[in-house]
Amino acid sequence: MELNIREQLEQIRANAKEKLSQIKSSEELENLKVKLLGKKGELTNVLSQMGKLPAEMRPAIGQSANEVRSFIEDRIKAAKQQLEELELQKKLEDEKLDVTLPGKSFRTGKKHPCSVVLDEVKDAFISMGFTVASGPEVEYDYYNFEALNIPKYHPARDTQDTFYFSDDILLRTQTSSVQIRTMEKMKPPIRIISPGRVYRIDEVDATHSPIFHQIEGLVVDKGITMSHLKGALDIIAKKLFGENIKTRIRPDYFPFTEPSAEISISCFKCGGEGCKFCKGEGWIEIGGAGMVNPKVLDLLGIDTNEYSGFAFGMGLERLVLRRYNIDDIRMLFENDVRFLESL
Amino acid sequence: MNVPYRWLREYTDINVEPKKFAHEMNMTGTETTGFSCAADTIKNVVAGLIEKIESHPNADKLVICSVNVGKKDNIQIVTAAKNMKVGDLVPVALDGSVLASGKEIHAGELRGVMSYGMFCSVEELGLTVNDFPGSVADGLLILNNGACELNVAPGDDICRVLSLDDTVFVVDIVTNRPDCLSIIGVAREAACTFRKPFEVKKPVYTTGGGNIADYLSVSVKDVELCKRYMARVVKDIKIAPSPLWLVEKLRDCGVRAINNIVDITNYVMLEYGQPMHAFDYECVGGGKITVRRAENGEKMNTLDGQERELDAETLVIADAEKPIAVAGVMGGENSEIKPETKTVVFESANFFAPSVRKTSKKLGLRTESSARFEKGLDPLLAEEALDRACELICMLGAGTVVDGTIDINNAKPEIRTVPFEYDWINSYININASKEEMIDILERLGMKVENGTITVPSFRSDIENKYDIAEEIAKFYGYDRIEPLFFKADVKSGGYTKEQKFEIRLGEALRAAGLDEILTYSFVSPKCFDKIRLPSDAPERNAMKIKNPLGEDTSIMRTSALPSMLEVLARNYNFRNPAANLYEIATVYIKNADETKLPDEKKIVCAGFYGNKGDFYTMKGIVESILAAMNTKTCEFVPCKNNPSYHPGRAAEIIADGKKIGIFGQIHPLVAKNYGVNDELYAAEIPFDALYEATAPEKTFTPLPKFPAVTRDLALICKDETSSGEIEKKIRALAGPCLEKIEIFDVYKGAQVAFGHKSIAYALVLRSEEKTLGENDIDQIMTNIINGLEKDGISLRR
Repeated sequence: MELNIREQLEQIRANAKEKLSQIKSSEELENLKVKLLGKKGELTNVLSQMGKLPAEMRPAIGQSANEVRSFIEDRIKAAKQQLEELELQKKLEDEKLDVTLPGKSFRTGKKHPCSVVLDEVKDAFISMGFTVASGPEVEYDYYNFEALNIPKYHPARDTQDTFYFSDDILLRTQTSSVQIRTMEKMKPPIRIISPGRVYRIDEVDATHSPIFHQIEGLVVDKGITMSHLKGALDIIAKKLFGENIKTRIRPDYFPFTEPSAEISISCFKCGGEGCKFCKGEGWIEIGGAGMVNPKVLDLLGIDTNEYSGFAFGMGLERLVLRRYNIDDIRMLFENDVRFLESL
Repeated sequence: MNVPYRWLREYTDINVEPKKFAHEMNMTGTETTGFSCAADTIKNVVAGLIEKIESHPNADKLVICSVNVGKKDNIQIVTAAKNMKVGDLVPVALDGSVLASGKEIHAGELRGVMSYGMFCSVEELGLTVNDFPGSVADGLLILNNGACELNVAPGDDICRVLSLDDTVFVVDIVTNRPDCLSIIGVAREAACTFRKPFEVKKPVYTTGGGNIADYLSVSVKDVELCKRYMARVVKDIKIAPSPLWLVEKLRDCGVRAINNIVDITNYVMLEYGQPMHAFDYECVGGGKITVRRAENGEKMNTLDGQERELDAETLVIADAEKPIAVAGVMGGENSEIKPETKTVVFESANFFAPSVRKTSKKLGLRTESSARFEKGLDPLLAEEALDRACELICMLGAGTVVDGTIDINNAKPEIRTVPFEYDWINSYININASKEEMIDILERLGMKVENGTITVPSFRSDIENKYDIAEEIAKFYGYDRIEPLFFKADVKSGGYTKEQKFEIRLGEALRAAGLDEILTYSFVSPKCFDKIRLPSDAPERNAMKIKNPLGEDTSIMRTSALPSMLEVLARNYNFRNPAANLYEIATVYIKNADETKLPDEKKIVCAGFYGNKGDFYTMKGIVESILAAMNTKTCEFVPCKNNPSYHPGRAAEIIADGKKIGIFGQIHPLVAKNYGVNDELYAAEIPFDALYEATAPEKTFTPLPKFPAVTRDLALICKDETSSGEIEKKIRALAGPCLEKIEIFDVYKGAQVAFGHKSIAYALVLRSEEKTLGENDIDQIMTNIINGLEKDGISLRR
């Protein structure tokens, strides 16, 4: 009898070991677990015969039975773990995607290319302690011309064909008007830039637009010299176009600056060698500048014995067209979404 | 302006390469935009003497010429030209030559006979008939045609013969330097640039007796507009073509040669910068010249054959009865120099710049003369120019100068002096130029420096003060020698203002909502108001009108941002772009009631889209996301039925604190149709200031709730016209402080609810700050809400 039970226990162990090794799914495993260890399972069945054994033998047989149970339990646990791993692997396999299919779109809008460049310019000046000033686009002749030392019938008006509302009110042709408005309001030291729209009578074509943007700059302080004008332009050009960019000024004429200068930077395509992009010149003109004409300072009650200043103006569109390789200024105002979203 | 190198060298001895010349001139302020030399293109074209002409065996229209081109053997050339004879010297393009157009010429057979080159016309050398006396347009250029003297032998290079081997610079003169609108002026700048000597010889000529007073009297009626009027009379005129050297100079300056007298006036203008005019004396009625304002409506034909109507603003040169020239602009047809002209009046005058400018603009007539006068000329120049013209008369043997000059001079002789502050100049520009170097520069520019004072020559009207002197020094010392320095200034904090930062964040929020930024014109068409269906009395129609617009479509300043947005949406729609999502922070210009004042310039945030199955709620979502991002006070959305641009059932006003801060919704289908769009368009317009002012105080941290929240669903039945906004307001009022959040999760209309009714299902989140809400508390709140709503005819859906 005792032997019989021991044999049965061994048989259960051997049987369990074999069956467990063949298990293929969690379901099979669960069924086998019930069959072996359940209330009506094989092991319980064997143990129910314990009562027929003599009392002194029961502890030893009981211990053997427990050993078989924990053996089976361990094996089931191991099998389960292995199965889970396999099943996860299969699941992951089944979930495989074609990662080359397009992503679900969540697009944010784009800044207009003019704003991209303008914001860079503004940030560059802000970092040098400038503030951003603004002035009206519909402006008095006084601020746009007279106060800038350009009286009526001055030939300099020729280069700035003007839209008028009346004899005195016009669409500003230059952001320089903001120089005057700023100096009316502020006392030196002054350090401002003023970007904005300007207007000139120009038939629309690939290189002309009746509306475009300028960025005006003005610094008035004690002891400002032409060296400072050159220095400021140099730093800005480097900040905007890179450390290798060189700046050049050469004489020009504006009624509201004296001396006056034209600002060029070394071509950012060829670095000054001369290429198709800069029409072989190696330099790209980006604006005008000069020392603020003392006549302008006098008019605004700024003491020219104590203060001097420099001013500059740059065209924004020129920078934008060059930067993005756009060959037609009309693209900037057409607002085709294919254009806007391509940059 | 064109500047022939050869002509410039008559005043200063400069021999640098053209490229270097252009660069250095650019760096001292004479903008030299380019240069060219015809001989760089034309190659291997020589003078050839036609020694024999024979007929062609196979062609009636061709002949065979034997041509001496200065080599041992003559060459044979086959030509279809007709206007040559044996003994003529003509330009011959040899085998392997290049013409002005860049065309290459090679030897070849013409109907079975070899031709070793080609004869040339003026055009093939890049010239016109005006550039060579006696030449014709439709035949060969005959060099020895007798119309002018020419030193030429067979084999001579044609570029040398016709002076096509000179370099011509193109310079762009700034508007305050009329003195440089002349060869002499540019030469003076060049001489200073290269530190070379510079000299203009005083004109020398002889007169042939008589007395001008017997011929002519001049009276100047308006001395303001005519500061100086000088005249001389030349008799025994022999009208003829000018000599080739003169024609060539005019040609290189882009001026057409006409005859010796007219050419002399143009030559002097180019050389000295002083425009002159020559009248046929026979046509100066009564031998009297009056410089006066025209009468209103007075008419005359100018030299270009146009009839001009004049007015009292226009200064004219008149004879006893009629105008014979528009002062400083153009002469009259009635007194033009003709082949039979015997006596000539030379005019050399100084007219008031603004007046010439005004007249030239009004007549739409810009001439070489007006371009110079309108910049303000030196009254002394009139005399030098007149002398030079007389000298040329003698040199050309074109006539006899009558004794005596008429000179009505009302120009105040003005000697401008400026203190010479060389230390100040060095510190203002921040350079280190020696006093001697400065004096050298100034003297080269024609100034005198004595005892610390600079005397400015009269032709430099642009120089008034020490700053102008500083500029001259800086220019010729070299801008490139100024050392760049960063300015030191008092510590001063830059940065964006609060409002500027708000605008930057606003742009970010708009883009985060998926909108692309656009830039549109500030001026629009007045038709746009009809297109957006504004009533005829809408205040927006009262826009600023541009007096001189490019066209009607860009003739008024916009008072609304909507038309620009709709136009761009429509444009994209026409481009067949499937969708567009756009925004602009656009400026509008609101006319001031007082028209002598500037308009109010306001920024409007304008959004618009079509496509992508977007609807009203898409736009509402965009608006809500913007309001949230900008921390706008809690807003209400109120149906807006009466905005004519929007769909009456699909538009809402945005209300913050009882104030309207914007509108959005579907664009009225008729408006969309007006823009040619057959799809739903959506837009939002929010004035920037209103949005900025509706900003809520900055949020501060509130402790996270301590007690749990309970969610209860509430399905209601109400009439169709009842808006969800109203119900929500009622629920909030009935629920009391424990209602934390209310959200709609379903709206239903159809068979399951009575006709004319709809069902709205809300999820309410309830929470107390003091305790965990029990079933009783919750039931009480819900009962309160349900009973309250029942009273307003909103019932629980069962």
